[in-house]
Amino acid sequence: MPRRYAAIWFPQLTTDRWVRCNPALRDVPFVLAAPERGRMIIKAANAAARTRGIHVQMVVADCRAIMPALQVFDDEPGLPAKLLDALAEWCLRYTPVVAVDMPDGLLLDVTGCPHLWGGEEPYLKDIVSKLKGYGYDVRAAIADTIGTAWAVCRFAACAHIIEKGGNLDALLPLPPTALRLDKNIVDRLDKLGLYQIRNIVSMQRKALSRRFGQALLSRLDQALGQEHEVLQPIQPLQPYIERLPCLEPIRTAKGIEIALQQLLEQLCRRLAKEEKGVRKCVLKAYRMDGNVQMIEIGTSRPSKNVTHLFKLFELKIATIEPALGIEVFTIEAPVVEDVPATQDVLWDFTEGGNGTAVAELLDRIAGKLGVQTIHRYLPDEHYWPERSVKLALSLADEPQTAWRADLPRPIHLLPRPEKIEVTVPMPDYPPMLFRYNGMLHQVSKADGPERIEQEWWLQQGLYRDYYCIEDEHGARYWLFRSGSYESGEPEWFIHGFFA
Amino acid sequence: MQLSKSDIIRQLQKEVLAIQRPHRQSGSSLNTGLWEMEQAFPGNTFPLGAVHEFVSNAREEAAATNGFMAALMSRLMQKGKNTVWISAGRTLFPPALHLFGIDPDRVIFIDLLKQKDVLWAIEETLKCSALAAVIGELKELSFTESRRLQLAVEQSMVTGFIHRHNPGRQNNVACVTRWRIRPVSSDTGGVPGVGFPRWKVELLKVRNGKPGAWQIEWSAGNFRQIKQNLFSIPDFQKRKSG
Repeated sequence: MPRRYAAIWFPQLTTDRWVRCNPALRDVPFVLAAPERGRMIIKAANAAARTRGIHVQMVVADCRAIMPALQVFDDEPGLPAKLLDALAEWCLRYTPVVAVDMPDGLLLDVTGCPHLWGGEEPYLKDIVSKLKGYGYDVRAAIADTIGTAWAVCRFAACAHIIEKGGNLDALLPLPPTALRLDKNIVDRLDKLGLYQIRNIVSMQRKALSRRFGQALLSRLDQALGQEHEVLQPIQPLQPYIERLPCLEPIRTAKGIEIALQQLLEQLCRRLAKEEKGVRKCVLKAYRMDGNVQMIEIGTSRPSKNVTHLFKLFELKIATIEPALGIEVFTIEAPVVEDVPATQDVLWDFTEGGNGTAVAELLDRIAGKLGVQTIHRYLPDEHYWPERSVKLALSLADEPQTAWRADLPRPIHLLPRPEKIEVTVPMPDYPPMLFRYNGMLHQVSKADGPERIEQEWWLQQGLYRDYYCIEDEHGARYWLFRSGSYESGEPEWFIHGFFA
Repeated sequence: MQLSKSDIIRQLQKEVLAIQRPHRQSGSSLNTGLWEMEQAFPGNTFPLGAVHEFVSNAREEAAATNGFMAALMSRLMQKGKNTVWISAGRTLFPPALHLFGIDPDRVIFIDLLKQKDVLWAIEETLKCSALAAVIGELKELSFTESRRLQLAVEQSMVTGFIHRHNPGRQNNVACVTRWRIRPVSSDTGGVPGVGFPRWKVELLKVRNGKPGAWQIEWSAGNFRQIKQNLFSIPDFQKRKSG
């Protein structure tokens, strides 16, 4: 289907906004100014001011000399972007693909939309009259390409709807500025006397490229439809969406389950065709009273498995309030990822080690208890026990270094070392006795010390001398002395239990 | 006549076992290397696809219990499967698992706050047949809850280890075994230092088997039974409730 684009231009965007907020200013000449190099420079002037010869980029002091009654307001730098965003949102009623064209326009992909308004003429008229109704000075045009629509909307005197294939004719009489060129290129063209696009089009491409660079040619091609141009829609397309209207309002959990199952099957069929998998999925239930109930799930790896996704949703169905009944269900996959075709093979070569099943299990747990409850550890290159492991970020993370097997490490490590009292021969011997939690332990066997220094680039503090200790009952402990005897009485701590 | 009677009984025992554990796969067996301990189990093999209960009281015992469980788990994980370790307030230090023959990065830890969530997570993970083993650290376990766990493993054939630290009471549960592991003094053969981890392993209860107690050492990646001092069956075995 040949595409059609609309361009909307707001020549007086900021001043129109000011008038809209302060209707009293409608016929009063006023300007918006901002400081620039120590002077107040005019950034926007309304129609009343412009008729008196006041233009953008003039200095406020000069304007005041021309017209003492001129009102000056501060210009808000981010305002155009904010306004255009809001206007683009508003324009979503005309087409789903709306893009902001900084600094003062909007671009709409209207392919397949105008017939709903009875043709392009009424469609454009509707947009313009509605926006004019809000107090904005607006010009709009529809054409085959973004470039042509943009040019026609800003520079053409009349004929704002360019028929299919009429790009070139529409562009010929327009000035080169209409091609969205850099100022220096326009200046050079101007100097050479190329005042109209018609002068440029007839030239050799090679010569143009040599003199003005590739930018000019590419803009020209875009305007003529020979080069494709992509819009950046404000609302990204949600192609993975399925909809299920219900004949009768649904009020039961069973009904919701049936709807969910159907929607998931539709969604997954499409995903399977495109070799994609869901990472995030939203089920929306539109209630009769206008309320929208929503449940959302996430998966740890892209999935197109209906039963798995259904189980994830099932945990949350109870949170949907059907009230008077649900009319429409939609399921939407805002985040999808490619499922590599080799995935099954990759995971099945370990005998019975079915990674997908484990991933699905973890999804269920994350769905109910939170993803922060699931941990997996990889070795980290630190001797300091608290820092010797790091969290794995995904299920597929492999350890970069091997686990250390040469150092004794306790199977239970206390989250923070607990203080103990010891009887110990000086200076570097293990304790003979220690008291922990009120219990006296007689040391019968001991290993150590293993000195672990602080990593000064991470943390300052005393080193630790670790001892493996076995008491008279055979229980094994990991104790350490913090610091040396040279700096007063060092403290002793228990840090873990060996098996 | 006498001979045939004992034959009949043995035959019947086999049949009963087959009925009780219908999904038992012939290929999957756990080789602990402890011949004497394995005699205590029905069919002389360590029961897989079942839930085992471990009880510990002091923190030292808890560490020994986790060590013994990790050593058993390492035997189960030799097929490249993952295990899940579910607990509330975990103090287990993952690098130490490497000393028991486990790659700590193949263990997925689920750290929860509430006992209720722990139970739910254990049941859910026991249903996942892609896992080698599931370890759950719990305080209390009622008979009904243990029955649910047992039903879950009967479907998936996953082996579950439930470690109950400081249980309020030693109630009856539907697990196949109940164990108690206590650390005992290691033997270094006169050399100074601490030896290999050595435990007193008490099998307090085993369905269709004979309870017993052994001294077992974990040395160089293998279990080793210490023969010289055999332990008698502890006196609370005499209680029927066991």
